[in-house]
Amino acid sequence: MKKLLLAGAALLLLVMAGVSARPALPGDSVYQLPVELSNQDGQVQSMAARRGRPQLVTMFYTSCTMVCPMIVETVEKTRRTLDAPAQQRFDILAVSFDPQRDDTAALRKYAATRKLDLQRWTLAHTTPTATRQLAALLGIQYRQLPDGEFNHSSELILLDADGRIVARTDVIGRLDPAFVAALHRQVAAEPPPGKP
Amino acid sequence: MARRPPRWLRLAGWLCLPLMATGGMPVALAADARYAALPGGEFASVLPADGKAAPAQVAPFHLRTTPVTNAEFLAFVTAHPQWQRGRVAGVLADAGYLSHWVGPTALGAAALPQQPVTRVSWFAAQAYCETEGARLPTWYEWEYAAAADATRSDARADPAWRERVLRWYGRPSNTALPAVGGEANVYGVRDLNGLVWEWVDDFNALLVGVDSRDQDGADKLRFCGAGAISMQEKENYATLMRVAMLSALKAANTTNNLGFRCAKPL
Repeated sequence: MKKLLLAGAALLLLVMAGVSARPALPGDSVYQLPVELSNQDGQVQSMAARRGRPQLVTMFYTSCTMVCPMIVETVEKTRRTLDAPAQQRFDILAVSFDPQRDDTAALRKYAATRKLDLQRWTLAHTTPTATRQLAALLGIQYRQLPDGEFNHSSELILLDADGRIVARTDVIGRLDPAFVAALHRQVAAEPPPGKP
Repeated sequence: MARRPPRWLRLAGWLCLPLMATGGMPVALAADARYAALPGGEFASVLPADGKAAPAQVAPFHLRTTPVTNAEFLAFVTAHPQWQRGRVAGVLADAGYLSHWVGPTALGAAALPQQPVTRVSWFAAQAYCETEGARLPTWYEWEYAAAADATRSDARADPAWRERVLRWYGRPSNTALPAVGGEANVYGVRDLNGLVWEWVDDFNALLVGVDSRDQDGADKLRFCGAGAISMQEKENYATLMRVAMLSALKAANTTNNLGFRCAKPL
């Protein structure tokens, strides 16, 4: 029995060592906030699982006909400033302001209509509370109007591999040279995919 | 940098929050003495619901009668160590978080038990309210409740009401805060005006442009002075100042006169 306990304790230590093998998450990482994201395929994943690669993050909603298509377009424009291999070295995350209407089907339909490359893009929704928290964390403002539309600030936010905000822009509809340069720097700092 | 518990432990702490509501005590489902019931209804907010002129619709709700005190917040951080000063992640609370307390779990002379807790971030305030089975009030709920005085549900048109609110704004911020428990308004809610500024749930929704395509318009709204353009009741600058102050905050910010109270659906 005692041996069994000892073995158990040793196993526990090993597991804990495994957990702490990864450097602690920096205090200024957005991944400090626990947010469960549900994507266009209905898969639920912690936002912190995106740690390890740079992320271009924005917020939008699918029934938005005004500024949101321009946000998506601006992200695509920014992405295309990189060569093909470099485009593989970061991910794009767009989280909905409108969790009530932007369910899995709505997100999937939007991705198809906009012909988004789902190797690069994740469209996601989360709970109303987590939506408000995530926006607060990212410094994005939004409010729902009586007709169901949303007022919102439009921003592209660049996270480094540990989830720290390293650049942001509210320039929508054209490229922001400073933001593009920041993305190029982040991607250059990343090892090519497939190699440790 | 103080050592923090491993991430899995902190995550586990978050998950436990709803279970450990009010420090393990069962939450009274019928009536919680700390809360008053407010009927709600149509309300002429300084922030039109549609960005133009539409009144706000406030659903019936419960509001905490007093702001959360130092003693109450101390009990919270004692039960939830991940919210103690020195342990909380910088992205969730800035360096000033509870910095007037003598220690992470001790108040000291500069923070009396019955004073409202201040120097708390929006994230920390939210986490506290969850332990009362509650949330932060929305701006409309807060503004609606704060429009009342001891005898009227909407005293805002009374110059004396405005004068009182503005006189409080003029009080130097280095004077010691009184204890909670000022005069009750018509709903039995206290200290909405005259004690501390308070977080609201949608603090990051107040000044957003009507259409963010219109980038010039959105930029105008980011500045306090021009922000008043799209607001109603421009003469009510006592309330508009509060909107401007809340809009200028980031969720991790803490200040020495910013506290909070919680709300629940009826």
